[in-house]
Amino acid sequence: MKKPSNWSEAIIAAVIKTCGYSTIVFIILIFYFLLREGLPALTEVKLSELFSARWYPIENHFGILPLLTGSLVVTVGAMLVAVPFGIGTAVFIAEIAPRPLREVLKPLVELLGGLPSVMLGFLGILVLAPFLRTFLNLPTGLTALAGSLLLGGIAIPTVVSITEDALDAVPQGYREGALAMGATRWQTIWRVTLPAASSGTLTAVMLGVGRAIGETMVVLMVTGNAPVMAVRLNSILSPVRTMTATIAAEMGEVANGSTYYHVLFFIGLILFLISLAVNVAASSVVFRQKKRAERVLG
Amino acid sequence: MRRLVIFFFCLTFLASCSPAFPATSRTNPSAYIQDKGSDTMVNLALAWAARYQNEYSQVSLSVTGGGSGTGIAALLNKTVDIANASRAMTPDEQKLAQARGIQPVEVVVCRDAITVIVNPSNPVSQLTLQQVSDIYSGKINNWRDVGGDTRPIVRLSREINSGTYADFLQMVIRLGRSQDTTLFSTDTLLLPSSESIINEIRQNPNAIGYDGLGYVPSDLKVIALARDAEGPYVRPTIQTVNDDTYPLARDLYMYTAGQPKGAVKDYLDWILSPEAQAIVTDLGFVPVSK
Repeated sequence: MKKPSNWSEAIIAAVIKTCGYSTIVFIILIFYFLLREGLPALTEVKLSELFSARWYPIENHFGILPLLTGSLVVTVGAMLVAVPFGIGTAVFIAEIAPRPLREVLKPLVELLGGLPSVMLGFLGILVLAPFLRTFLNLPTGLTALAGSLLLGGIAIPTVVSITEDALDAVPQGYREGALAMGATRWQTIWRVTLPAASSGTLTAVMLGVGRAIGETMVVLMVTGNAPVMAVRLNSILSPVRTMTATIAAEMGEVANGSTYYHVLFFIGLILFLISLAVNVAASSVVFRQKKRAERVLG
Repeated sequence: MRRLVIFFFCLTFLASCSPAFPATSRTNPSAYIQDKGSDTMVNLALAWAARYQNEYSQVSLSVTGGGSGTGIAALLNKTVDIANASRAMTPDEQKLAQARGIQPVEVVVCRDAITVIVNPSNPVSQLTLQQVSDIYSGKINNWRDVGGDTRPIVRLSREINSGTYADFLQMVIRLGRSQDTTLFSTDTLLLPSSESIINEIRQNPNAIGYDGLGYVPSDLKVIALARDAEGPYVRPTIQTVNDDTYPLARDLYMYTAGQPKGAVKDYLDWILSPEAQAIVTDLGFVPVSK
């Protein structure tokens, strides 16, 4: 790198470098803090107990499996809602909608993403839960399904934005080539454009998963917070307890340094690792695809 | 010119570092009291604080909720002066207090009742404590087993940091037996606030829940409870709570670290005065009987 020619350039370069590195430093510090507070749980509670099916911390039952399955069920349900609607909306906005409609739709989708989650939770308990109870004839509407529907709604804007950007980035030549070969519009979209944008779509879905698994307020209000093992197919119609809601509800009253405190941080550590894994997977997909494209284009 | 602008900005920055003048006509408060804990008591504590600050403007009070457990933990962490609790301190908490050199002092500030509530369309109007215990521990799962319609029972509860939760576990599910280890059934819904419980019961005929007397709105159905199958079924009112005929009467406490002194002592003395106890009645709780 050339030596900066005067003071101000050197200072600006240093400031930008610091900002860039500081993000990595913050993440490492957070990770270190979680490790320091959460790892003692592995020594204080037997592993077989920690991964048992009973979460009743005031009686010293620290089994986190119900919380893991709860988070999993709600996230999978959310993605089942967000992926079809999200990708469909993105395809519509990028490929099919006329320009003026596109200018209106894109900000509206962003608006959906800007809704405060506590407001959605409120709508969930007042409107969605009673509706689900009467419509599906359930004992109560406060279930994983209610959480999934709302979380899907929260994840849709993330999926739409990134997928739409990925579709935009597909070279126009691909579409023109396909149309010249006699493909219909739908065949072009489904078999040429969308596969070409697959790495971006996958990233979008991964980020949607990350968003859904970390959401706290909505699940605290509408999923019922009952620590049941959500492993059967109809578990989506029963109340569940997610990891995020557990931390939010119980962190306030734990005594600093107790086993309970360490277990809650352990749950936070697991959440952090899951988010990390999801994001690393998403970015590695992007890098892999890029390398292949560079090889093809020479 | 540039130097002048920089000088002006520095001056503004330094000026903003000083404390702002309060907008109210209150003179600089000479005492700050931090009050934290029970969500059951938070409305009452806020009403008391508002009235006290009106009369004694030199004292500044801050009140927060979070649950009895949270309040007691904060007292033991020495971050608050008064902890509101709807349950007594547990032996574990007492031990932790001794270990930190704190001698907690308990004051009974009013009385309350845990009421069991159901949807107005539910035909059941009375239950024994044993029946409620069996419902909540998972032994009874359908309303027809206690004389109602054929509907699944949906159990609602507060979260575990709630003093009402702890009292309910001890007084109802374990029927006051200290060696009992019965727990809430795993599919009990643990809702984050009294309002969510009331909301769900209002529109779900399968639901049963519990809450403090002051929180139950008039449109929900209150269950009359009996200590045993022969005993009288009593509804919770101020009278039945005061003469202990209602089985789930309980005291509400304020804890301080050591004997209260100065502004905190004055505040606690005022709370036990007739004026403050009149506020207790207004909010639906039961005043301390002299």
